[in-house]
Amino acid sequence: MLRRDILKTLMVGLPLASFGRVWAAPQTTARMLVVFLRGGYDAANVVAPVSSDFYYTARPTLALARPDPANPLSALRLDADWGLHPALKDSLYPLWKKGQLAFVPFAGTDDLSRSHFETQDTIELGQPIEAHRNYGSGFMARLAANITGAHPIAFSDQLPLSFRGAASIPNVGVAQVGKPSVDARQVSLIEGMYQKTALAPAVDEGFAVRDEVYQTISKEMALANRGAASPKGFELSARRIGSLMRDQFNLGFVDVGGWDTHVNEGGATGYLAGRLGELGRGLSGYADELGPAAWNNTVVVVISEFGRTFRENGNRGADHGHGSTYWVMGGGVRGGALVGDQVKVTQANLNQDRDFPVLTDYRSLFGGLVQRVFGLRADRLAAVFPRTTPKDLRLV
Amino acid sequence: MRYLVSCAVVALAFSALTAVAQPAPIDVLGRADFALLNRVTWGASEHSASELERLGAERWLDSQLHPAAGEHLPPSVQSQIQAMAVTREPMIQLARDADGANRFANTLPTPEQRGAAQGLYQQGMNELMREAASRSLLRDVYSDDQLKEQMTWFWTNHFNVQAAKANVRTMVGDYENAAIRPHALGHFRELVLATLKHPAMLRYLDNADNAVGHVNENYARELMELHTMGVGSGYTQQDVQQLAGILTGVGIDLSPADPKVAPKHAGDLIHTGLFEFNPNRHDYGDKVLLGHTIKGRGFGEVEEALDILCREPATARHISFELAQYFVSDDPPPRLVDAMAATFQRTDGDIAAVLSTLFHSSAFRASLGTKFKDPIHYTVSAVRQAYDEKVILNTGPMQSWLGRLGETLYNHETPDGYAMTEAAWDAPGQMALRFDIARQMGAGSSGLFKALPPATTNEPEFPQLRNALYQQTVARTLSGPTTAALAKAKSQAEWNTLYLASPEFMRR
Repeated sequence: MLRRDILKTLMVGLPLASFGRVWAAPQTTARMLVVFLRGGYDAANVVAPVSSDFYYTARPTLALARPDPANPLSALRLDADWGLHPALKDSLYPLWKKGQLAFVPFAGTDDLSRSHFETQDTIELGQPIEAHRNYGSGFMARLAANITGAHPIAFSDQLPLSFRGAASIPNVGVAQVGKPSVDARQVSLIEGMYQKTALAPAVDEGFAVRDEVYQTISKEMALANRGAASPKGFELSARRIGSLMRDQFNLGFVDVGGWDTHVNEGGATGYLAGRLGELGRGLSGYADELGPAAWNNTVVVVISEFGRTFRENGNRGADHGHGSTYWVMGGGVRGGALVGDQVKVTQANLNQDRDFPVLTDYRSLFGGLVQRVFGLRADRLAAVFPRTTPKDLRLV
Repeated sequence: MRYLVSCAVVALAFSALTAVAQPAPIDVLGRADFALLNRVTWGASEHSASELERLGAERWLDSQLHPAAGEHLPPSVQSQIQAMAVTREPMIQLARDADGANRFANTLPTPEQRGAAQGLYQQGMNELMREAASRSLLRDVYSDDQLKEQMTWFWTNHFNVQAAKANVRTMVGDYENAAIRPHALGHFRELVLATLKHPAMLRYLDNADNAVGHVNENYARELMELHTMGVGSGYTQQDVQQLAGILTGVGIDLSPADPKVAPKHAGDLIHTGLFEFNPNRHDYGDKVLLGHTIKGRGFGEVEEALDILCREPATARHISFELAQYFVSDDPPPRLVDAMAATFQRTDGDIAAVLSTLFHSSAFRASLGTKFKDPIHYTVSAVRQAYDEKVILNTGPMQSWLGRLGETLYNHETPDGYAMTEAAWDAPGQMALRFDIARQMGAGSSGLFKALPPATTNEPEFPQLRNALYQQTVARTLSGPTTAALAKAKSQAEWNTLYLASPEFMRR
């Protein structure tokens, strides 16, 4: 991993004299994983405003029943006002009860386009919305460049916009990890062809990470094969991510699709419940795989581009909305609470009589978080999120 | 003669190998012509090179922009396509059969029986999707109408549907073949209308569920944001809602019988094939779209809305930008986009005319050889160069390579389609995967000649990448480091791997 450290250091632009200091500095032990739910997950039905009568009028077929221990399909009590989707009962609700999971309702962006792609880009770039967009500079890439000892990786088939930047950041689709077939001699011949091209760093990085990831995953697979039924889908991916983030990588990004529920979303059961169940099992599997020591130094942030219309649409689904609810979890997170600014969920408090308002901007939320997690100085933070005042929600 | 000499050199270098191509009837193609060929087609092949040579660049380009009607395929490809259910059976039959299988499954008494029958229903639909993909890939590799096939892929991606949703698998072959291909080089508005009326789109973006009192604005939004004007081009949330209202009642009807319609609007019913405009489900109020008042009157509102959308200057710019990104560069010069948009507006959306402006621009010429291949261009170009003369019998390996590289046909989940920029495809993990696939493609035919059942033949053909086209033209375009690496290959398979892994082969 040394090669990557050097790259990062060069990128940050530190004078050569500070090299020694960088190497001598204690490496960060903190980890952060950002989970992007692409498609605009229906936050209002996952962390549901169960004390709001308006919620029940606005969502006659979708709404979750008020918490009721006798009803396994009712929402799980979070506090007097909010209830959690029952599909998360065995996976994430235990983390909530242990105080390791917090929710930030009314979170999101100041992008009102209600376009998936526009708003996902807004978030991943993390640039001030009024500025000209630089598509070559994602906020995760800037974060990686500003942390000493960052080992970033995207757990996705494509490199997400958030990780685009000056340095070549590796990506790996963890769902498909096979034995490398290009042998060492061929690797060096191929690297030779690319030596003087712009793709040289990506090619070198690709071969290096391919070998590292294969070694880790094949070890895990050998162990897992002796155990119970092997997990599938996101749970399998998330567990692999856990084993890769235990020792090798500390700044990760993964995206999960399938949240654009315009039709037949379902309530306590049905489509969304299925997606959530898989997500919940994945995230708790990720914590398992990390193990308690690493989990205590890990923060997972779950985000999405926007929430959905507060009223259900004509097809038992919901259309594109605005404010979302973000999740923050980890062994050292001060959770078990809904944090950040909140308003009562009433028709009058809706944004444009349509959806949740945004009271916590994602950039200030992330700013506050990474400041604490990685101990970022103000100037470094300003490089990651220009023109943002970090909001310290004291989550860690 | 030149060819014979280079062959002799090859034969000396690999005297143990007999894999030397037969001479092809082409002369040396100039660098510029080769680059043009490599960009306008799915990748240079010996056959397409000889066509360009025969006609000269300008006439060849014109023949690509205005192909004669019908299919121009080798007979053995044509017969493979003819044997497919997606070709033999009309979509309406495929969709109804699948629906029948599903209904039948649900009538079975035990969960096991229902499960088994459901499995068959799903399998049948998967098979239709694979066939559609196979037909599409065969045309990409072997059709003479290369630009038309490239544009068919482009528009299928622009008007993306994901086959995995509901029963879209039964429709996606027809969607590409009947809604998109005939208009791929035609008029933009006709193309939009064809996708709008196709059940694959109506299902995928939920407009089949959009009805008065039960409005679903999913399709209306993407029609403006992705298909025509582009995001941030001036329409508002209000416009989205108005367009959704215009689109109420535009849907799908699997049943052969017409729905009962209130007498007042009986004349407004349209029911052709699976497409249905159902007046009962339509909001007959007047609407205001982008400042234009549209009188409530049935499907005529949709036609009028399309006229408005397709004539918006934003649409001309948005489409021109996307075409320039596909054919020129990730960040096309604004002057080129302006010129294309002007042609678009002048010709009322004549796609071939817009492309002609593009192909005759200096920006296009200057960009040749620099555009990074996305996985489909990478995969198809390799097969075209390797198996130009020997028609493959099974596209399964190509589909699996595309799957691993993340660009499976009809499988992009969200309506934006696959990205056309290099940054979406050249990350470290993707490069490593690509090299792995280069090795597979280079080492042998990987099942490309395993005939589909009931046939059982499998006569592998070794990939002939070092063919006459390579010897006469490609070799001279390679850099020093690439030539040096190729010279170190210990076998033809390794040579192929290195060639397909080379920086030059990554670009078009």
